[in-house]
Amino acid sequence: MYQYTEFDREFVKARANQYRDQLTRWQAGQLPEDEFRPLRLQNGWYVQRYAPMLRVAVPYGELSSAQVRVLAKIAREYDQPNAALFNEAQAKQDKLGPVNLKSGLSVSSKLTTGYAHFTTRQNVQYNWIPLDKSAEVMDLLASVSMHGIQTSGNCIRNITSDERAGIAVDEIADPRPFGEILRQWSTLHPEFAFLPRKFKIAISGAREDRAATAWHDVGLHLIRNAEGELGFKVLVGGGMGRTPVIGTVIREFLPWNQIMNYLEAVVRVYNRYGRRDNIYKARIKILVKAEGQRYIDDVEAEYKQIIEHDGAPHTITQAELDRVTASFVPPTLNCDRKSADVKIANILRAAAEDDVEFGRWLQRNVAPHQNPDLRAVTLSFKRLGQAPGDATADQLDIAADLADQFSAGEVRVTHDQNLLLPWVRCDELPELWRAARKAGFAKPNIHLLTDMIACPGGDFCSLANARSIPIAEAITERYQDMDELHDLGEIDLHISGCINSCGHHHSGHIGILGVDKDGLEWYQVSLGGSDGSTLSGASVPGKVVGPSFTGAEVPEVIEAVLDTYRQLREDGETFIATFRRVGIEPYKAAAKAARFAPNTVAH
Amino acid sequence: MKLLPFSEQSGAEQAGTLVLANDADPFEVSLDGIARVDLHFPKFTDGRAYSQAFLLRRRREFKGEIRATGDVLVDQLAQMERSGFDTAVLRADQDMAVAQRVLASYPGYGVGKYQGDAVDVQPHFKEAAAA
Repeated sequence: MYQYTEFDREFVKARANQYRDQLTRWQAGQLPEDEFRPLRLQNGWYVQRYAPMLRVAVPYGELSSAQVRVLAKIAREYDQPNAALFNEAQAKQDKLGPVNLKSGLSVSSKLTTGYAHFTTRQNVQYNWIPLDKSAEVMDLLASVSMHGIQTSGNCIRNITSDERAGIAVDEIADPRPFGEILRQWSTLHPEFAFLPRKFKIAISGAREDRAATAWHDVGLHLIRNAEGELGFKVLVGGGMGRTPVIGTVIREFLPWNQIMNYLEAVVRVYNRYGRRDNIYKARIKILVKAEGQRYIDDVEAEYKQIIEHDGAPHTITQAELDRVTASFVPPTLNCDRKSADVKIANILRAAAEDDVEFGRWLQRNVAPHQNPDLRAVTLSFKRLGQAPGDATADQLDIAADLADQFSAGEVRVTHDQNLLLPWVRCDELPELWRAARKAGFAKPNIHLLTDMIACPGGDFCSLANARSIPIAEAITERYQDMDELHDLGEIDLHISGCINSCGHHHSGHIGILGVDKDGLEWYQVSLGGSDGSTLSGASVPGKVVGPSFTGAEVPEVIEAVLDTYRQLREDGETFIATFRRVGIEPYKAAAKAARFAPNTVAH
Repeated sequence: MKLLPFSEQSGAEQAGTLVLANDADPFEVSLDGIARVDLHFPKFTDGRAYSQAFLLRRRREFKGEIRATGDVLVDQLAQMERSGFDTAVLRADQDMAVAQRVLASYPGYGVGKYQGDAVDVQPHFKEAAAA
């Protein structure tokens, strides 16, 4: 993991002090709300449905166990509303009513406190910290080199990456040093603090794109050219929301050391020409679509000037790359038994036969590693009774312990809202499994249906049209049988409470989107989306399956869709493969048949 | 960067001063005989003037005064200074003492900054390596 220098630490502390000053002036009435809002947003503080939400930055998803323990402390001591506020919030959610399932069960909103939530951009969110505690929390975060810098606001946001960065079997080059270098470049960049809209960058360094890069404002792929030189393929203008767009390749190959100079051009052209008249048309994807080749030409012309006239000041020196890369050296871990050893293979096989669950866990939650002696192990935060991606303070402390004991003190927030342990010795898998199972982190459902993505939705977010957590709970409840889940295989189910798409519904094989119709909660179901991974194919938004459904109908529709898949699949096809082969029509018919009563309202 | 109270602004109409709207192209104006360029923040959240200032200062190598006008608030002064502004005319309701204090305590200013900008061209990593 990157090791903060004295400069880095002082910077974050100064930022926390700056925020404290802004908060104090706002509390004293010296800074109006409208003028405070962008400042607190650029430190991660939203004001949400019932309480402020804090989004803590987790650069490219990496956390140390010390940092996780501070996140636990924040959950325990600060993610606590007063009783009156909480009761009022719970009462308001109760008024929305439960989701009554056909089975007779019903799922209601059960608000929780004292926990953290892992987001689709590898960040960590809290939903209850009072604003008058916010400066204290920023100080606490700064004590472990953490912050909320630019996790919100119209600026360059947290740069996300592949959960297997630095450990992937198919790695071309480790994206993390570049993620860190770009993080520093973008942090408090004075020219780009007030862009037309938010700006999200994702970077991938492997053959498979596990970072959904084509769905970002800027997507970067580390690649080698024919001469073997390292560089970036640059995509610009991807995005979700009202107008899902896949990024355009604007540069097939950019030498690695020019990435900051090039992004300076990309962002400057956007800052100058991005639309500012309409917040729904202000993302760079709109500019790229509208201008096409002219946008690319403008960027190349600006880049040329940065190099030739300005002297390319942000060319990454080898010394700087070496300095940053030095932090990302893999830990020295000596396996007592090498993975090629027949003995360890036998032990694992025997254990798997002994315990079907262990076998399933090995299959689903344990991934191969660049170092054949190690494994990447995903801790599943997808289980009944907790919203996807939620972790209580105690659970965070346990995760920190597991990181220390089994993963050289490091853990990663995945873009699917789980945690990944990146340095697990293959001969410690049985022990880790037992510990993870005891903690409730070992459900063998990674990449299966119940490993779903869900945003906080209408229970917490004031932007949401509908609740997402009860929907996730209802579907999870229906699909508890591990045999059935394994038979259904890998499925990306993504749930967003509104069109802002924080749940990435557009890229789900199955997407669920909360929509507002007549002031009530309705849900649109889409099929066939892709995040650009090998399983899913080229990035593409899903197609809506029909007019929206009620919350109670949604689990029935999902069941109908999955039944259709099982009926139509051939030869071990995955869900998405069958969909691509047969098209949407069979699913449309099945979804329609799942409606409770004829629905005459079209969307 | 020199801070001017709202009441002390002047000279926009003089010869030698060019007033640019924040959607004007800084490449398409003649700078001959121009000693001062006034850039504008219609709303503080509209950041186009930062790029205009950068381009005037670095790309066109304008040596005269670049002045920030409009919705100029204390919490954006450091970004203005780093983007090439020499002068900022505070919005009428902004407190000069607070402005000076906030400007001086901006991380990336007092503490140090990561990236190069219009004024201090080299990024921190180059300066740190040279030290």
